[in-house]
Order: sequence, then structure tokens, then C-alpha cells
Amino acid sequence: MAINTDKNSYTVIFAAVMVIIVGSLLAFLASGLRPRIDENERFEKQQNILYAMGVNQNEEGGSADFIPTDIVEEEFSKYIKQQLVVVGSETKEREEAYLIDLKKQLNIIKNGDEAELPLFIGEKEGNKYYIIPMYGKGLWDAIWGFISLDENMVVQGVVFDHKGETPGLGANIKLRFFMDDFTGESILDGSRISGISVIKGNNDPLNNDKEDNEVDALAGATITGNGVSAMIKETLKLYKPYLETIRTK
Amino acid sequence: MGLLSKKDANLILDPLADNNPITIQVLGICSALAITAELKASVVMALSVLFVLGVGNVVISLMRNIIPSKIRIIVQLIVVATLVIVVDQVLKAFAYELSKTLAVFVGLIITNCIIMGRFEAFALGNGPWKSFLDGIGNALGYGVILIIVGFFRELLGSGTLFGIPVLGDPIAKTGLYATGYENNGFMIIPPAALIVVGIIIWVQRSRNKALIEEA
Repeated sequence: MAINTDKNSYTVIFAAVMVIIVGSLLAFLASGLRPRIDENERFEKQQNILYAMGVNQNEEGGSADFIPTDIVEEEFSKYIKQQLVVVGSETKEREEAYLIDLKKQLNIIKNGDEAELPLFIGEKEGNKYYIIPMYGKGLWDAIWGFISLDENMVVQGVVFDHKGETPGLGANIKLRFFMDDFTGESILDGSRISGISVIKGNNDPLNNDKEDNEVDALAGATITGNGVSAMIKETLKLYKPYLETIRTK
Repeated sequence: MGLLSKKDANLILDPLADNNPITIQVLGICSALAITAELKASVVMALSVLFVLGVGNVVISLMRNIIPSKIRIIVQLIVVATLVIVVDQVLKAFAYELSKTLAVFVGLIITNCIIMGRFEAFALGNGPWKSFLDGIGNALGYGVILIIVGFFRELLGSGTLFGIPVLGDPIAKTGLYATGYENNGFMIIPPAALIVVGIIIWVQRSRNKALIEEA
């Protein structure tokens, strides 16, 4: 049976059938796997929030190790004491505030409306951690993360992640050696809430100076690094009204 | 090779050396430059391409007699894109960590010219078994180069392999660094990959003069 595959009608029918088959296959797959994927993403957020406040499985000199997914929900409810949303100058408590999509909220702000900004208060060994989500732009695509602060506006930990930064270069922002540099760094410039910049050649590769608002950049990842600096700065600007009410220094 | 006839075996072996997709056919250079700064990414990319090209070649080959030639490129693109999305979704549900490592590559696989190149040049004109072997062979040939380039770039650029320091600690100056050795920052930027690929092409052609094109 020879089919004339050059006929226009055949081409159109072939294209239509192919699109229907492929479309339904993908739709079926996507909706079937959705619950599992959602769960994975929820666990990941909890892991990240806990990581930023130092609840992780990091070993001396090792890689960045998160709390395993099977116990992360338990640990999350144990360490995270309050989940808040900051709306303008008001702060409300909200269950499951960690599920708020920060990207959407930032778009609301861009349109000039009032957004709901999530914030988490964690407690570990008597210390309080204020954990703030961040979202920004790297070189290729989105970057995001969490930063945890204490009342003195000193960083207690950060976690970064990215969608598509270059492997071996910008992608290294999620590696432990880079994230560890932020810990202990003050976000205060004088007495003003400023941020932390990722800087090349600040003559401090070991990051001994914790008051300079600077960490050493990654070679070959200038734009990703600038993205991290901008993300921290912009985020802190948004949360500044709240941070002013809790800071003791 | 008792399992394969000589002709079939050549389908796998040729792309590994004398008809290598990167060094001879000069396909897939873009991804070879982009992701070879570390060895782990090279290996992951090589495996992803192995799967997509192997399966994709078979699918295209099975459909070769019914694909209208006018829209064959689009059909090929749909097959690649579908395969990649299926893999991505399944990994996201069952191996979330791995899927995050792979996320960067999804786009790169779809646009990888080796895949479209093999669909167009081979799978459209040959049976499924031969196409499968051709796909595996070309993906391996691609992977070998990727891993060689990744090995040298990560070793010379960062002093690590698979993220594990092998030359000592550059900041504390231990191991090789105690002698004054420094990591070569140039190796981790994309142009270095071009130079390493160039050296591989040079070595290959000086060993096999038949590969040198007439000037």
C-alpha cells in the first residue's frame, strides 16, 4: 500500500494526528505526575528554608547537604515557629506562607499594588532566625534562594538555587563554598540596611572581613554574581520596614 | 563481535573515531562548548543524548515511510521535544535531585544538531535496528569527546574531577599548589573548549592522514 505522502491533504492530516497524539500523551503524563512533582517541590522549599537557618546535614568540608525528604516535614514544623506575610506595614500570621510564589508577588509590586511577602521565623537552640525568600535574575534565567538573619542583621546562612546558570561557572552559586561565605556577614552599611555584594578582587578571598558587605566572586560568573548581589539588595529593600521593627542594632 | 554483523558493528564504531560527530562531522559543537566546564555535567549530557538519540532514531525510522517530506523537520523536532519533556517530567516525579541537575540540558538537547542531523541523515533512510545502532554510536562518539574535554577543563581549570579536589587545595596551598602551580581560569570559560576540541581534531588527523580534507 503506497501512500502519496506529498499531497497537501495528507500533510495536514498527518500534522493534526501527530499533534493530537503527542499533545494527549504529554497532557496525560503531566497531569498524572503533577501530585508527585508538587510534593517534591514543596519538600525542596522546606529543605531550603531549613538549610538557610542552619538545619542541614552539612559536614566539615563537605558539600551542601539538605535534610532528607522523608523527615523534612517533621523538621520543618519543629524549627519554623511562625510563618508570616508582610503586607505593607502590617504583618499577619499565615499557615503555609511558604507556598506563596514570590515571583508572582514581585510582579504585583511591579504593577504598583500591595503584595503579600512571606517571611519565616525559626528557632534553634534558643536563637531566633528571620528567614526571607529571594528571587532574582542570573545570566540565563531565574535565580532564587533564602537568607536568614538574626536581630543584629548578621547573616546566619543562605541558600541559592538557579534555573539555568552555566555549569561550572554561574551554577556554582549553589555550592557550599560560595554560600558559606555569606554566613556571618553583616547586611548593615554603617547603620543602614544595605545588602551584600559579590565582588571581584576585594583582596579578601578567604572572607575574613565580615563588616565589608562583600563576598568573593566566582571566576567566570560575573553576571550571575551581580544577579546575586542585586537579588539580595532588592529583597532587603522590600522587607526593610519589617526588619527595622525587629533589629536591635 | 559475534552479536552484530561487521556492517552493524561499524555503525557503532565509526562515529567513535573516524566519523566522530564532533571532530569530523563538526556537529554539536555548541553544547560541547557550553557544558564541558565540569566532568559531571559532561557525563550527564552524554547519557541524556544517548537516550534521546537512541530512542529518537528508532521512532523516526519507524515513521520514515509515512512522514510527509514537506514537514519532516518539524516532525523530527516534535519527536525530540516530546522525548525530552517525557524524560524531564518522569525524572521530576521520581528522581527530583537528578532532574535539577538535568534542567540546564533540556533545552540544549532539543537544539542539539547531532540529533536532528542523525534523524535527517540516517533514520529517515534506514530501518529501526540500524538506526538504533547509528544513534547509539553517534551519541557515544559525542559523549567520548565531551568527557575528554570536560576532563581537561575541570582538571586544569578548577583542579578537581567530579567536584573532588585532586591537585590539592588552591587556597591553603597544599599538594601541587605548594610548588607554585595555579589553576588556569581560562580553562573554565567556553573558548577553552574550542581549543581543546581543536587539539583533539589535530591529534586525530595527524594519526589518520586520510581524514585531512583537500585544501
